[in-house]
Amino acid sequence: MNVDYRDHQTALTLSKKIGEQVRKHGKEIKIMHVCGTHEASITRFGVRSLLPDNLKVVMGPGCPVCITPQGEIDAAIKMAKDGITVATYGDLMRVPGTDGSLADSGGDVHIVGSVTHAIELANKTSGDVVFVAVGFETTAPTTSVALLQTLPSNFSIMCSHRLIPPALRWLLERVSESGAQIDGFLLPGHVCTIIGLRPFEEFSVPQVVAGFEPNDVLYGLYLIVKQIANGENKVENAYPRVVHYEGNVKAQALMRRTFDVVDLEWRGFPVIPQSGYAIKHAFASYDAQLRYSLDFTSREVKTGCICNLVLQGLRVPTDCKLFAKVCAPHKAVGPCMVSGEGACNIWYKNR
Amino acid sequence: MCLAIPAEVIKVEGNKGVVDYGGLEQEINLDLVEDVHPGDYVLIHVGFAIEKLSKEAALETLAIFKELEELEQENA
Repeated sequence: MNVDYRDHQTALTLSKKIGEQVRKHGKEIKIMHVCGTHEASITRFGVRSLLPDNLKVVMGPGCPVCITPQGEIDAAIKMAKDGITVATYGDLMRVPGTDGSLADSGGDVHIVGSVTHAIELANKTSGDVVFVAVGFETTAPTTSVALLQTLPSNFSIMCSHRLIPPALRWLLERVSESGAQIDGFLLPGHVCTIIGLRPFEEFSVPQVVAGFEPNDVLYGLYLIVKQIANGENKVENAYPRVVHYEGNVKAQALMRRTFDVVDLEWRGFPVIPQSGYAIKHAFASYDAQLRYSLDFTSREVKTGCICNLVLQGLRVPTDCKLFAKVCAPHKAVGPCMVSGEGACNIWYKNR
Repeated sequence: MCLAIPAEVIKVEGNKGVVDYGGLEQEINLDLVEDVHPGDYVLIHVGFAIEKLSKEAALETLAIFKELEELEQENA
């Protein structure tokens, strides 16, 4: 059912329509998206080659693994070195901490495709198992479902979930001082599947929720540039086959039952107010941070990597002097090159 | 990370389901969705169905594309 969203003729039509609106506006337009899956689709299908030169589409902080701060990676590595079994999603394994990664920690680390598999792992062993839960609003409700189950006593969760709207608010509030230009957001379809459109209505820039097929992305960009050309600021939904205005209300209720919203640091950013989840006190016995007194303090490491600027949409991967020279997926310096959702990794693979 | 894939539900048992990715079957958790039946399409993310897909809305978007193309051809 995806094939129709890749139709070449449709892509050319949308490309032409985008060009018309950009010409009508007359000035350079910069649109930010915040999703690794969007970047993968844009790069893989050559969407940028269908856009006029004065329409720039940049990736912001849309890769959960990339924005997980060094301190949290270090805490996970320390657990593995201390003999605790660590289970997490694949991308996190090779992210460099201050000293090595989870993959080369020498500990018992497991890649799982779901929190459910991490629980099964705990059921099969007597040793302690920690699931490192990274991800945005798309992933967080699955951790909620786990917390609301009867869990084995040797199982706990290190909660690293973060929230997209507070990061967009932070970026918009600093546009004038950072020198960034953000004329609109292409909103992440699967984050919006969970939280709906309402959380984005406070932002006074054009925003469109888009799906992930190339024509979904082009259609989303078309609606944004049309708003810009007409001087409008709306939140529109170009992915109605999945996303509803209210989002997934059931998932939202489960997240409210299990998490408190807290101020958190993001890699490449300082502490962003109310930008992440902490496990509620009622589930404290399954909170790995409390169980093992984990320290999340990040230590600064100077490598020359400009991941922080890439994550803020101020630079693109090829602006980095390490890109494809010192830094490559098999010998990544920064997290944006490690994760399959990171801008550097995607650009490297599609060079 | 937020990659989610549509698949057809072929079996439902309580909060567990089985989906078919064109020949490949996978067990999934249904706690985040309601009223799912065999034959429905759901979006799967990290082993959980996170939403049901609307066939009507999918066809609507394709109809918009078609309309844009026709307008373009008329203007050409």
